[in-house]
Formats: sequence, structure tokens, C-alpha cells
Amino acid sequence: MTTEPDVLDAERAFEAELLQAQWLLPTLGAGVTGTGVAMEAVIQGLQRLARDRVARHLPRPGALQSVRFPPVNGRSMLERTDYVASFPQLLGTVDVFSGDTKDHRRLLADREAGLPWDGHLHTSDYALVPAACHPLYAWLSQVNAATVDGTVWTITGDCFRNEPSPDPMRLVSFRMLEFVLVGSPEQAVAHRTAMLELGQGLLAGLGLAVTVEGANDPFFGRAGVMLAKGQRAAELKFEITTEIYPGRNTAISSGNYHEDHFGAEFDLRTPDGSVAHSACFGFGLERIALALARTHGTDLRTWPESVRDLLGLDAA
Amino acid sequence: MSQDRSQLVETIRDVVAQHAHLSSDAASLSASESLYTAGMTSHASVNVMLGVEDAFDIEFPEEMLTKETFESLDSIAQAVATLQDEQ
Repeated sequence: MTTEPDVLDAERAFEAELLQAQWLLPTLGAGVTGTGVAMEAVIQGLQRLARDRVARHLPRPGALQSVRFPPVNGRSMLERTDYVASFPQLLGTVDVFSGDTKDHRRLLADREAGLPWDGHLHTSDYALVPAACHPLYAWLSQVNAATVDGTVWTITGDCFRNEPSPDPMRLVSFRMLEFVLVGSPEQAVAHRTAMLELGQGLLAGLGLAVTVEGANDPFFGRAGVMLAKGQRAAELKFEITTEIYPGRNTAISSGNYHEDHFGAEFDLRTPDGSVAHSACFGFGLERIALALARTHGTDLRTWPESVRDLLGLDAA
Repeated sequence: MSQDRSQLVETIRDVVAQHAHLSSDAASLSASESLYTAGMTSHASVNVMLGVEDAFDIEFPEEMLTKETFESLDSIAQAVATLQDEQ
């Protein structure tokens, strides 16, 4: 049986290997890493492959559109998505300085004295985006409801989750490539089903041994126990997992049906006036790249030809 | 229904009125009616759970933190009564 120290050792060994190969580039933040040349080539290849597959093969009721949002949004987004209620342990807001010269001098005096200087800052109206699709709902709520018509929105977004870990599979800041549908309940459920199938096929084609499993989000506290059970019972979340460490599966993608959670809060309506339902599917780009390194090694030259072709690595 | 039990239900009804954000009036709910059908979301049910804990100074054990426990005024009352009996 796998014991906990074994798991930690396995995580640390994998991290050391990735740092050594310069797949991961260390930063000054715990759990925050840059992406080296080889890993970035894989991530860019993954994005091209997934976007192309979706454009060619995803059955969809409407258009396919690509948009982009920055890693920072208004702090109110954390309230409107209920993130502050469900995941307070993961959120991050942005502190800023808005004092005058005197205040600045006090800050510098503290810094020079080796004292904490963050007390001179205050929380701004900005927060870090925890999920790539959240800015989409906030934006759609501000435009004509006619756009909530089953269009599939493609977004690559930076996500922040405050859960530093020695496990390179659990980064504090990472990218998700999401395919999001906001429309009728039937459209949302069908989208998730189709994306899970497409995602599973894509990942298996890259040589990963993947499984689709029912899952729940890491809701906070005792209230979270109830939300997690409800989410599982209603089969709202599925993950595509693969075995990175012996005896333990790690999610590398997920498909979520939100029912009318975002539609109701952001007043998104389908053309017939009903509250919209939504579903998203996200490829965890760093996690998939690292799963590929685990399977094929960190030297891209030794990867199977078919995988190199799919990811366009010969051109990289 | 005993006097105690109906009082229990009324206290729970107050909590539900405050936290469940029902589409209908909590005052007109029957004790066995589904709160979920009446418009309580899963997030709202969490607030109902915390509200009930505060109102009776109890703590639901993890195995009781299910959708079924918070299905209706009756089911919540049943859970509260069970916990009070144990105290």
C-alpha cells in the first residue's frame, strides 16, 4: 500500500526532475513556476490540437468563438460566483498602496527596519481569477442576452488558487483551456458529454492512460461537505484523470454542468427568456503537459512520432 | 404531532424563511413539502444548515450533511430531534 511519505517523496522527485530538465522554472513564489522551452512547446501544441479538434469535430448548436480575459477581474466577481462562500481558502485579492509621500516614507521606514510593510497596503477592488470561465459570465451579463444562444466560447485563462504544494501537479497559478456553453439545459448537458468524449479521445491519442470519474470540487469547511455530496449525487462534475503517482489518479481535465448557478446570478437568458444553464470543459494545460512528461519523458526528441506530430513539435 | 415537534417545525420555518430564498412564501409551506422544489438552491441549503445549527445550538455530524436531511421542514425537524435526543 502507498503511504503518505511515499507520495510526498514521489512528488518531490518528480518536481526535482522537472526543475533539472528546465520544464519548470522556479520563481520567488511558493507553488508558482514558469514554463520552460520544451514544456511551453507542448502547451502551445496542446492548445492548437484541442482548438482544432473542437472546431472540426464538436457537435454544437451554435457558433464557436474565442475570447480572452486577463488573470485579474473585479473583486465583486468572487461574490457573484459564490467563490467567497464556497472556496475562501483558495481565493486571492490584490493589495495596493494608495497613500501619499508621508505614507510611503513610513512604509519604507518599516521595510528598512526589517518590519512587515504590507500593513501600509489595503485590499483593492481587484481579485485574481480562480477559473477561466468566470469572467465570461460576468461579461455576458453586460451584453445583449441574444448572445446566450448555445455559442461555444473558447478561453485560455490564467487561474489562481492559493494552495501551495510540493506537488508540481498542483500549481498556484496555472492555465486552463476552456470550452464553455451557455444556453438551454439540454444544450449544456450535451456540450459537457460531447466535450468529455472529445477530451478523453484527444488525451488517449497522446498516449495517456485516462479514466473518466465522477468528482466534486474542494468546497470549504463543513458546509462544503454538503455541497460536495450534492454535486456528486447530481453528477455535476466529471474529471479525466491519469495515474501520475502510483495508486493515485490526478485530474488533468474536467467537465462541469453548473445548472442555472451562473445563469441565475448573472441574469443570463436564452432567446425564449428562460434562465440559461451552463457547462464548461477545461483542459488543465500544465497538468496535461506534465502527465505527458511523466509518460514520455522530458526529452521531446524521444517522444513517439505520432505524439510529436499531433502536437506539432517538429516545427517547434 | 407533539407540541414540541410542531414548535420545532416553526423554528425551522423561521430559519428557512430567512435563508432558503424560496420562490414561494415560507409561511405557507407544508411540513413535508420539498424545499428544493420550492426553489432552495444547494448554496442556500448550506445557509439553512448553518442557521438551524445556530438556532438549536447543535452541530450536524458529517453523515447528516446530505440533501435528504434538508429536503423539508419535517426532515430537518427529524434530524434536529435525533441530535437533541442524543444530547
